[in-house]
Amino acid sequence: MLDLVREYDVLGAFWVTVQLTVYAAVGSLVIGTVIAILRVSPVRIFSWAGAMYVNVVRNTPLTLIVFFLFFCLYQLLGWHLAPLSARSSTHAFVWGVVGLSLYHASFVAEALRSGINTVGVGQAEAARSIGLDFGQSLREVILPQAFRGAIAPLGNTMIALTKNTTVVSTIGVAEASYAMKNAIEFSPNVLYLIFAVMSLGFVVLTLPMGVLFTQVSRRLAVQR
Amino acid sequence: MTQSILFDIPGPRAARRNRIVGVVGAVVVLGLLGLVVYGLRDQLSPQMWAPFLSPDTWQYYVYPGVFMTLQAALLSVVLASALGLALGIGRLSHNRLVGWVSAVFVEFFRSVPVLMMMLFAFYVALFTLRLPGDILPIFGVVVGLTLYNSCVMAELIRSGVHSLPQGQREAGLAIGLTPGQTLWSVLLPQAITAMLPSLVSQLVVILKDTALGYLITYPDLIRSMQNLSAVKGNLVTAFIVAALIFILINYSLTSLAHWLERTLGGRRAGPGAVMRTGLAMDPDLEADAGRAT
Repeated sequence: MLDLVREYDVLGAFWVTVQLTVYAAVGSLVIGTVIAILRVSPVRIFSWAGAMYVNVVRNTPLTLIVFFLFFCLYQLLGWHLAPLSARSSTHAFVWGVVGLSLYHASFVAEALRSGINTVGVGQAEAARSIGLDFGQSLREVILPQAFRGAIAPLGNTMIALTKNTTVVSTIGVAEASYAMKNAIEFSPNVLYLIFAVMSLGFVVLTLPMGVLFTQVSRRLAVQR
Repeated sequence: MTQSILFDIPGPRAARRNRIVGVVGAVVVLGLLGLVVYGLRDQLSPQMWAPFLSPDTWQYYVYPGVFMTLQAALLSVVLASALGLALGIGRLSHNRLVGWVSAVFVEFFRSVPVLMMMLFAFYVALFTLRLPGDILPIFGVVVGLTLYNSCVMAELIRSGVHSLPQGQREAGLAIGLTPGQTLWSVLLPQAITAMLPSLVSQLVVILKDTALGYLITYPDLIRSMQNLSAVKGNLVTAFIVAALIFILINYSLTSLAHWLERTLGGRRAGPGAVMRTGLAMDPDLEADAGRAT
């Protein structure tokens, strides 16, 4: 088994998976927060645009989003986010992170909106009655509580994100499922062992995340 | 709703300011969109859309692709419901061994990415079962989707039964039903009705995940659109049409789930309102429901 891990660079592949997850998590949190703020904002066209984004992105397969970015924007139009001299795998990695971020941002936005809904009406009323405007009450009162209420669904999104990083193997990023396909094709006689090792890797990645998020969401839950 | 509480009903000055901010924001967003469209202008020209005016395109590329996608999704949803029900009952069973085996199965397959299970099923069919080549892709897609989604459904059933009022089970036992009969004829019907909206949302997840079959050469909508563009050179418009079809189908399913939630929501009483968390409509969040609880 150790030979297998060494021969197909399993650890290296999982390191790529972890990097994809971390970058896309940051990206989707930033974009998702912006979308969530747009959705609850008093400007009607903003809330409409936010809802539109969520409905469109959430109902499109991640594979299609990643393909569109990579094949249409990168390969066809030559839009590059990494320096031109970078290797093609780097370009695929960067576009993969963008695709994962855009896709999961819609789920982050929905998680935050549900978090905002857990904040008591009195909080918003109190914030307004002491004279805070929309931006201030959102920043100082609502969002800090909404984030705490949204930790459990955000955690589920992050776990889904970790597993969904496998999708970018379709554009040639050498992450875990790519390594698995490669390994199976070269050593079909140990097919079951390869699957066991690779899936164990994902259990190791996602199980602690689930435990952690559950604990944090319990500890930070707003007392009412 | 907190949403309307977040700000006052705008007065004349605020309304004017909101309008200005809205217009500026709209200009910025439209400008960005325009930049993308401008970059894609050659790809969005009329002759790139022309293939979609000919019936041949629909007959040989679009319809078969939609059919294959729906076929894989429906097969998976039927099989996953059956297996999920079995696993859900297994986890609720009083037999230690059965409960333990179901729990390990569910926890394991829920943690593994669908794509890996598809690859695994594909290669098992190829190397171990030695299935004929033409059914390998659909075997891989359906087995992968079934394994994952049966676990999600088992969790939905379990949380559905757990959230029913305790009195339901006690009443069943009190009138002399065995625990098995109570589960089957009292608890499960209520739990399944309560989880119906989530089941429909899960269908959206399954439909989207059929697109992963691309990697094991399943001829789904995305692949047939790529084949089309290989002939006509219209990759961008082909992907846009594929996206519109997916959004149309999935948005209808999501609306159906919303409607079911509203209709069923009124009929249920007590703390059995499992799905009234406001998250029921987030397929991917729902896919991992129960992990956090």
